[in-house]
Amino acid sequence: MTTTTKPAAPVATTPARRVGPVALGLRQGRLEITQFLRSRESVVFTMGFPVIMILIFAAIFNDEIAPGVSYTQYFITGMIATGLMTVSFQNLGIWIPIERDRGVLKRYRGTPMPKWVYFAGKVLMVVAIGVAETLLLLAVSVAFFDLDLPATAGRWLTFGWVSVLGVTACTLCGIAISSLARTARSGSAVVTPVALVLQFISGVFFVFTELPSWMQQVAALFPLKWMCQGLRSVFLPDSFGGQEPAGSFELGRVALVLAAWCVIGLVLCLTTFRWTTRRDG
Amino acid sequence: MDDELAISVRGLRKAYGDTTAVAGLDLDVRRGEVFALLGPNGAGKTTTVEILEGYRQRDAGEVTVLGSDPAAPGADWRSRVGIVLQGTGEFDELTVGEVVRHFAGFYADADDPEKVIERVGLAGKARARTHTLSGGQKRRLDVALGIVGRPDLLFLDEPTTGFDPEARREFWDLIRDLAAAGTTIVLTTHYLDEAEALADRVGVIAGGQLVEVAAPAQLGNRQEALPTVSWRTPEGAVESAQSATPTALVAELAARFGGEVPGLTVTRPTLEDIYLTMIGHR
Repeated sequence: MTTTTKPAAPVATTPARRVGPVALGLRQGRLEITQFLRSRESVVFTMGFPVIMILIFAAIFNDEIAPGVSYTQYFITGMIATGLMTVSFQNLGIWIPIERDRGVLKRYRGTPMPKWVYFAGKVLMVVAIGVAETLLLLAVSVAFFDLDLPATAGRWLTFGWVSVLGVTACTLCGIAISSLARTARSGSAVVTPVALVLQFISGVFFVFTELPSWMQQVAALFPLKWMCQGLRSVFLPDSFGGQEPAGSFELGRVALVLAAWCVIGLVLCLTTFRWTTRRDG
Repeated sequence: MDDELAISVRGLRKAYGDTTAVAGLDLDVRRGEVFALLGPNGAGKTTTVEILEGYRQRDAGEVTVLGSDPAAPGADWRSRVGIVLQGTGEFDELTVGEVVRHFAGFYADADDPEKVIERVGLAGKARARTHTLSGGQKRRLDVALGIVGRPDLLFLDEPTTGFDPEARREFWDLIRDLAAAGTTIVLTTHYLDEAEALADRVGVIAGGQLVEVAAPAQLGNRQEALPTVSWRTPEGAVESAQSATPTALVAELAARFGGEVPGLTVTRPTLEDIYLTMIGHR
């Protein structure tokens, strides 16, 4: 082998065919969704959990909480909110540390892929799975537990913006909390207790106003309580607003708190996200 | 700057807390050459390579890789550099073909994914989920992802760990192909035969510095090193002597024994002997 007389690298003859930014994001989203759907644990525990919960709880508590209003009508709001939090906050908080530990993130960083593409892929996955899961929940509840779907366009609109804001906040917080886990395994240990505690104090399993008031106040600091409250305004009669802690569904405050969490989550993501493990420098 | 150089490093320093990993390292890699970096674990090899790859920030020194400072790598620079790290990320749920095609999409001038898969010897596994691959096959997938963007410069960090001898030979052929097409290759390895088989030049890192750079045959003045002649005495003991004139010594022994010399060997130091002497003296 000679050292100096090798031919120069062949000049590229084909025109540049790098995928455009939109297509780049969509490809990444498709890759993430494929990986999610092929992972049995993800499908069962992330997507299946709320459906299993509603099957159990609605079967146990099959009486009415008010004349003409079934328990399911209340419980569905907590399950939709939990489902959205699971698919965004828990899913990302558990999987990103695994990918970081395996070196998937490091490998991406070694390619010309812009950083945002990785997050775009995660967001598309969260949105697709979140929509599918919510539709599944609604279908199961309508089919087996006589759930009444929102009757007015205004309620569907509220359903839409509460879900979008809630998922955005939870996605950003999930990405942010992923940096706390030092190893692949600790992701679930960091995220699961947080999610579980929030579910209990935010009125997912119990009627929120029946919780001790200090618990209500702690819950009010976090997004899940406000997601549940916003969704209650969608699925329960307007008269139920009077039973909320503040005497109304407080949709303005719901929007404000969720938006604030979006900002907090975004700042944490931008300042703390790590592409490599700690031992990796 | 010198256009003949793919990599130029002067006075590179990097410390982690109180531990100095790289202590004033100088290195030049010419365009189109295959350069092997040898060194014991902890010598600063991986730190150096990861600084060149744009993964780590240096504390001091001047570094130029393909004409740019890797401390702030841009997308264009990234598309000209291929990286095969040690044991990197798997995509368990995806097939070989899906992963390679996906990564090809990151590059403006990517190679044909099917061709790359064939080139690394995974044609029969294109539809297999990556978690079903053996260790050696996973490594080939790593290599496929490193070369799918048709890099001008390819980093290979211990690429053949876990390969069986046949797979290693095939891998060597692949590296020679890439080198023949003009790709500059920087390789770290623990296998001295690999460095000898592939590299135009070998650099030895010890104690965070480059202690010697030479063609494998010249490393540590290997060519000038005295050969060792050894034989068995009539009493059965093994005796040996270093000699600048081994042929004369053998002739003398032949005369002494009256014909065949029992247990006769004449050896020159292997690359491994030279290497162990070098890092042992640090």
